[in-house]
Amino acid sequence: MLEIIDLVKKYDSGPLALDGVNLKIEAGDIIALIGPSGAGKSTLVRCINRLVEPTSGKIMLNGVDISSLNKKELREARKNIGMIFQEYALVERLSVMENVLSGRLASVSFWQSLRRNFPQKYISEALSLLDRVGLGDYVDTRADQLSGGQRQRVGIARALLQKPDLLLLDEPTASLDPKTARQIMRLVVDLVQEKNISAIINIHEVKLAELFTKRIVGLREGRIVYDEEAAKLDTDALTLIYGEEDWESERPAEDESE
Amino acid sequence: MNSENQAVEERTWSKPKLIDSAFLRWTITFLVIIYIIFAVRSFEINVDRIIRGLDRAWEMLYAFLQPDFLARQSHIFQGVLESITMTVVATSLGILFAIPVTLGAAKNISPLPVYYFCRGILVVFRSLHVVILAILFVIMFGFGPFAGVLTMIINSIGFIGKLLSEDIENISDETLEAIRATGASWPQLIIYGVWPQVSSRFIGLSIYRADMTFRQSTVIGLVGAGGIGAVLDTAMGRYDFNTAAAILIVIIILVLIGEYVSSAIRRRLT
Repeated sequence: MLEIIDLVKKYDSGPLALDGVNLKIEAGDIIALIGPSGAGKSTLVRCINRLVEPTSGKIMLNGVDISSLNKKELREARKNIGMIFQEYALVERLSVMENVLSGRLASVSFWQSLRRNFPQKYISEALSLLDRVGLGDYVDTRADQLSGGQRQRVGIARALLQKPDLLLLDEPTASLDPKTARQIMRLVVDLVQEKNISAIINIHEVKLAELFTKRIVGLREGRIVYDEEAAKLDTDALTLIYGEEDWESERPAEDESE
Repeated sequence: MNSENQAVEERTWSKPKLIDSAFLRWTITFLVIIYIIFAVRSFEINVDRIIRGLDRAWEMLYAFLQPDFLARQSHIFQGVLESITMTVVATSLGILFAIPVTLGAAKNISPLPVYYFCRGILVVFRSLHVVILAILFVIMFGFGPFAGVLTMIINSIGFIGKLLSEDIENISDETLEAIRATGASWPQLIIYGVWPQVSSRFIGLSIYRADMTFRQSTVIGLVGAGGIGAVLDTAMGRYDFNTAAAILIVIIILVLIGEYVSSAIRRRLT
């Protein structure tokens, strides 16, 4: 479904962010992308929908090489790729409904989007998605009135309104408290399975990755160093991905004081 | 305890100086003072001339206490009307033309060549003061309000373009990414991602701009670009200080009203 071949990204300043990444994902796969800060996780995710332009390599999505598309074709391809962000990335001054409907911008004309005149089909879909993520009562609330967890739910509804084949999640829980983070992950995973969407979840918390995904990919210094079933992730793997650390002790602070 | 403390050397700290070398620091200070002394002396202040001028200053002040609104009533009225017309036209057209330049001058939403081009326009427009612009346009298109309106359109573009494009550059990058990631086109990115984030600022700036344009319209009349300033210039030229005083009072009142209205509207917006 998605195949990344020899993907390289070099920013103008600094070393290689991605150094020949190869990754294959089948329809319905949910993978977690873990790795230390600066390993290139965000860059990898953003190269797939070309928010970041790759330097070289191929990104084949359903047989089309995304990296070779022109602007118009790229917009068409982006319709099939939903994205969820760490800081939710909502338009703060717009209402919940307007934010969700923005997921369908590529399917309506400029005048329709200016007048917020979306086809009835999208409006019904947006409303039922909002019910599904638990925000049915917040349709006309402005996005900046919502809590973090609620905002991320809007982000999820916006991405799913696109009816994507592939969902990219860039640290979707990093700005949330532990409980909300779990709820959001559960919601995303449920929805993704329900609608048979593939998902790449770029995530910091290894525990959440193990809990909610079946496959874990480890990225280090722009290279994939690990790619296994989630159940197989052990301390050796963590050392391989993140480097040397006492992975066994759960709460090092307690060990030291007693 | 005590002996231990004394053994430890006192460690001091002072704020690092802007210029490290003491010699350089004092030399620069000294040179600046010398320059200021010579600069002031170069003005050749003529005490005689000031004393003679004082007489006229008194005469003027005295006249100002008796403003004459009636003698040139119709001229004042027409001047005010012309200034207001100029303000409305220049502000609305200025804002309209400022929009494309503003979008182009925001680095996060425009390609680099467009960005440099629009920044260039803004730098040129902003480096020319209204009075200089007004003189240029009066020479090009003759006396009258047309030159004035052009002047203030250019000035509005520079003002709004500079401030608003900086606001656009400060909006959330992730939000822009999110709108782009949906496959939205560039115009859709502007109306859905950019406009909601800067709209209140845009309206605030536009109202402030209208207020500013009116004040400018009173000044550029002095160099022949129409409006109430032209009437003031004529009155001053004839040493008709009573009428000049009346005009100044009218300007002050109108500016006060403008300021009050614009701040009242802006308060409502936020």
